[in-house]
Amino acid sequence: MMTLEEFEGLGAREREDQSGKKGRIRVCQAAGCASCGSDKVLAALKEKLQAAGLEQDYEAKGVGCMGLCSEAPLVTVEPGEVLVGKVTPEDAEELVRNLQQGTPPTKRLPEMPFFTRQRKIALEHCGVVDPERIQDYLARGGYSGLYKALTEMTPLEVVQEITASGLRGRGGGGYPTGLKWGTVHKAAGDVKYVICNADEGDPGAFMDRSVLESDPHRILEGMAIAGYAVGARTGYIYVRAEYPLAIKILRTAIRQAERQKILGTGIFGSSHSFQIELRIGAGAFVCGEETALIASIEGNRGQPRNRPPYPAVSGLFGCPTLINNVETFANVPAIMREGAEWFASVGTEKSKGTKVFALAGSINNTGLVEVPMGTTLRELILEIGGGCPGGKSVKAVQTGGPSGGCIPAEKLDTPVDYESLTALGSMMGSGGMIVMDETTSMIEVARFFVDFCRSESCGKCVPCRVGTQQMYTVLDRICEGQGTSEDLELLERLCDTVRNTSLCGLGKSAPNPIMSTMRYFREEYTERIRKPESVGTR
Amino acid sequence: MLTQAKRPAPPTDDKRWRIVDATMRRQSYRPAALIETLHTAQEVFGFLDDDTLRYVAGSLSLPLGKVFGVATFYHHFQLKPKGAHSCVVCLGTACYMKNATGIVKMIGEEAGIAPGETTPDGKLSLMVARCIGACSLAPGVVADGEVLPRPTLDDVRALVKRWLSE
Repeated sequence: MMTLEEFEGLGAREREDQSGKKGRIRVCQAAGCASCGSDKVLAALKEKLQAAGLEQDYEAKGVGCMGLCSEAPLVTVEPGEVLVGKVTPEDAEELVRNLQQGTPPTKRLPEMPFFTRQRKIALEHCGVVDPERIQDYLARGGYSGLYKALTEMTPLEVVQEITASGLRGRGGGGYPTGLKWGTVHKAAGDVKYVICNADEGDPGAFMDRSVLESDPHRILEGMAIAGYAVGARTGYIYVRAEYPLAIKILRTAIRQAERQKILGTGIFGSSHSFQIELRIGAGAFVCGEETALIASIEGNRGQPRNRPPYPAVSGLFGCPTLINNVETFANVPAIMREGAEWFASVGTEKSKGTKVFALAGSINNTGLVEVPMGTTLRELILEIGGGCPGGKSVKAVQTGGPSGGCIPAEKLDTPVDYESLTALGSMMGSGGMIVMDETTSMIEVARFFVDFCRSESCGKCVPCRVGTQQMYTVLDRICEGQGTSEDLELLERLCDTVRNTSLCGLGKSAPNPIMSTMRYFREEYTERIRKPESVGTR
Repeated sequence: MLTQAKRPAPPTDDKRWRIVDATMRRQSYRPAALIETLHTAQEVFGFLDDDTLRYVAGSLSLPLGKVFGVATFYHHFQLKPKGAHSCVVCLGTACYMKNATGIVKMIGEEAGIAPGETTPDGKLSLMVARCIGACSLAPGVVADGEVLPRPTLDDVRALVKRWLSE
């Protein structure tokens, strides 16, 4: 087994190299900024540094997501952590001069609540480390959680630590992570699996993509710790085909970790083994549901099955399987490193830690934010998000994707935690948050989501397959100004049936967008029915 | 070793079949390799034709119906050849709010095709996606594999017109 000195030595060289530099410019290379030409910015910076003969003292490096995607492409100048937005390759010369002289860049972004109000745990390394170099992660204490687990703790103690932290599943349901780990740990069987659900299908959610693109080793470490805790030797990451950059970065990360003997057989020279394989999704929203995802890894159509048995007892290839979301795994290394008590000190009584949200829609600061649980929607949207563009007022916030609901502006003081959002008829979901302003028609939004669900229904159970289609037909009739007041009643009954009788979460939650808009914006429905001429005026 | 003898020969002597074979071999020709194999086949040939599905079914000892079922279940798999250019319009929530449906309608009018179709001259394929995770760049349009940053309706119209007149 590798000694502590040897382990710490893994990142020492990189730490030395980094502290030897007087300054650096970090350039976001994640998908959002890359589409805005951040690769050319990085190339220009490298070229200018070289031309000025400054490579010894300064460096330009590619990193992951810095969060404020609306200002893409973004760079951060060190020292000082000065963020600069909408950078072009032409700005490279000035930035290099700024770096050398310590002067402020002209395009620097002001200090704003978007940055000051965040608390980063899952995203702590995003925008800081180079996702394509394991040394950078090691230099920042990466994999020390795994080392600690393997050298100082028994598998049961790891499970207990996670339980004590109060971490709950970040994929939407909020099931206590420790409890799930404990079930798989106790399950009988020589072969067990760990699966990372990276099939982030909710439209409007891109948290998992950013974590995978910005800090992939964090997920590998979280999974390896889970593997040790539950007794699994193989892990799968099921990632969407729509995320080509995340796939590429994960492939590199797995290869590097194997080469360093951090993954594979004999981790750190111990007797423990854990290997991770990638499985690429093929564009089916329902595969975010755990049993459908397992069916897909097995090479089948992604159709859910009845539970129980839960995957923790009988999952992949009939073996006990631990399945967690990307963000859940992203929290694990920090919990192991800093301790359960530290993690539990953040957040609310029932929802511990932080949550990453993707802000999008009618909002000034689109991008990723991580805030403590219990932050109110108002703080998130008006202060951190900067409100709607053009001085428009917020009408509603949609959380939880097609399974969630629309929360009206008057409920903006609700704290963000699992229970509060569910009580409003929405749900935490994976963390997509779409802001809608006064010009948005809520019925049309509901129709959009039902259209989504009816096309993504896998077709296995009748209530979902037929019900979502009928819900769409009725809603479309109302939308087009041809509805009657009986239609409203019919729609309510249909929603009730689909919710109570569908097989999986997709069908059970498909009525949420309709029910929540009928609950909070009923006058829009009645108005369309009474005055069909109002169609298209909103 | 018996099963190996039964494995079919590739439909053509195209060398790219070796890449498909490699994927299946890596997973010991287990049925669970099906989706990975279809991914590889689509990557190298651009789409999945009947011969490909039949070959994969035979190689993995799966009924053809099962292979066809999987290939048609997932949106990502294409059973028809794609056009010279491809345009994917994201219809996620953030893009919906930024008039992505208007872009789909406009392309439909300019090129005379519906989502999932290719123009008869094979110049353009139009597809829609369920959120590509580029919500900050909404409306998301992927033109020949590149995500366009916050395109306007007219930007996309100009691009489509250029493609169609090539």
